[in-house]
Amino acid sequence: MAVTLDQTIAQKQHTFLSRLFANQTFWVVIAVILACLFLSVATDSFATSKNIFNITRNITFVAIVALGMTFVIITGGIDLSVGSVLCLSSMVLAVTMHAGYSIEVGILASIATALAIGAFNGLLIAYLGFPPFVVTLGMLSVARSLAMVASNNTVVFQFGPDHQKLLSLGGGAWVFGIANPVLYMILLAAITGFILRWTKFGRHIFAIGGNEHAATLTGVPVKQIKVVVYMISALSAGLAGIIQTGWLGAVTTNLGNGMELQVIAATVIGGANLAGGVGTALGAVVGAALIEVIRNSLGLLGINAFWQGTFIGGAIILAVLFDRIRNFRRSD
Amino acid sequence: MSVLELANISKHFGAIQAVNDVSFSLEAGEVVGLMGDNGAGKSTLVKMIAGNFHPSHGTMRLEGKDLVMHKPADARQHGIEIVHQDLALCNNLTAAANVYLGRELRRGFGPLRILDYGAMYKRAGQLFAELKSETRPRDLVKQMSGGQRQAVAIARTMLSQAKIVLMDEPTAAISVRQVAEVLNLIRHLRDQGIAVVLISHRMPDVFDVADRVIVMRRGRKVADKKIASSSPEEVTGLITGAIEQVA
Repeated sequence: MAVTLDQTIAQKQHTFLSRLFANQTFWVVIAVILACLFLSVATDSFATSKNIFNITRNITFVAIVALGMTFVIITGGIDLSVGSVLCLSSMVLAVTMHAGYSIEVGILASIATALAIGAFNGLLIAYLGFPPFVVTLGMLSVARSLAMVASNNTVVFQFGPDHQKLLSLGGGAWVFGIANPVLYMILLAAITGFILRWTKFGRHIFAIGGNEHAATLTGVPVKQIKVVVYMISALSAGLAGIIQTGWLGAVTTNLGNGMELQVIAATVIGGANLAGGVGTALGAVVGAALIEVIRNSLGLLGINAFWQGTFIGGAIILAVLFDRIRNFRRSD
Repeated sequence: MSVLELANISKHFGAIQAVNDVSFSLEAGEVVGLMGDNGAGKSTLVKMIAGNFHPSHGTMRLEGKDLVMHKPADARQHGIEIVHQDLALCNNLTAAANVYLGRELRRGFGPLRILDYGAMYKRAGQLFAELKSETRPRDLVKQMSGGQRQAVAIARTMLSQAKIVLMDEPTAAISVRQVAEVLNLIRHLRDQGIAVVLISHRMPDVFDVADRVIVMRRGRKVADKKIASSSPEEVTGLITGAIEQVA
């Protein structure tokens, strides 16, 4: 016998390169890089430090929420309420600070609001068996309405004694001229990546998305994990809301309107599967980056802004198309 | 001493008597085929041993000690492992990840305890080697054959020192060659002194691998005898009711 059983078992079927080429996130990274190279050559205004600063910062809000959404999507769920939760968290922060409380109190209240909404979503989904789509669709409406109630549908742009602190938190660039939101995004992406790859919790999230019944049978605390996952999603929306408030310097009740679709698009472009079981932190960030680069480039190339939706929609379908082609080949 | 002893076990759901006054015992290193038609009470009986159901009457004793379980996790703690009919595998995870699902190995301290990939791959590889199955710990279960998937599900039962392994229809819906593989896996478990309960509809498999056969009909045990002293014809008769009962 040429090959022993032990050798077969020890054999690695995939090399590093074969795995890389089979990875949707990798191809999206390539697409982003190629687009950037092309734009640097084709336009004078793309590769300027001001434009790069703008792009990187614009990516962050969608990317941060997409990181939270990735957890939900890996379990096979969906969270449509993130845009509204972002708005409500911003509004809670703004109203609290406007009333004269410190920035710490404001942030605490804002995060507590987000976590409470996430817990509510999660409890209904995990323990009462509601479909995630329905619960979070309802919450999309509820949270935005609550934001209107909290502010009486006005624009809040004065944040009390800690006004300046909040603006510099979101709008500053404390390290090497990199916009603060970008730093937060990198930090949160690193944490997300770590949790997904190296913790038991992360492993269980993938298991739930792969086969929820199997996860239950093998003793994975499926219900608790589902609640936590929706809390993480809402928390990421809340954090993005806080940062965005500091950056914009004002909060209106249509902040984050329609954002849930951009966020879901970013995760899907980055390689997450809406059927569950697949998704990465890097994918969420890269997906958000591709969307922003497309948006930015259309402007710079002088293409009518009405075309934006077509190009972004095309990117979503194209990204998933690659995945389908791979699967067709495998099933042949 | 028997590993597991069931005495006068009954289970009813409302007016329906699913299992009626069943007693039997399991010895270490013994393969018992549990047969019966659909609705005969096999699944209910097994679910009581697996901790899913609480018996309405009767007692279970594990190695001479009274056994009371409230949830499936209790059964696992007592060394009772189940290979589910659908195998309970996650296609998107590796073989090793599936083997360790729900009891992952970790290293480090406190909040920085991270998954110990190396140790899990290594141990899973050893288990597959023990089972003489060509299954690679790093492969995704999605890409595996039916026999390999069975090996993953069975390797799971070997992680802790299992005393009893319950297998629910492990040979349904797989190819002939893979059936032979699975029967070999069962023999390996037996050789390690584990008591195996094989729930099956397939007469040839039971007569191939089991030492004893228990036949259920309408919630009652109608036969419990050595394979050597029985025959497929007799067991068929017992399952259908053509033969009322044998000692």
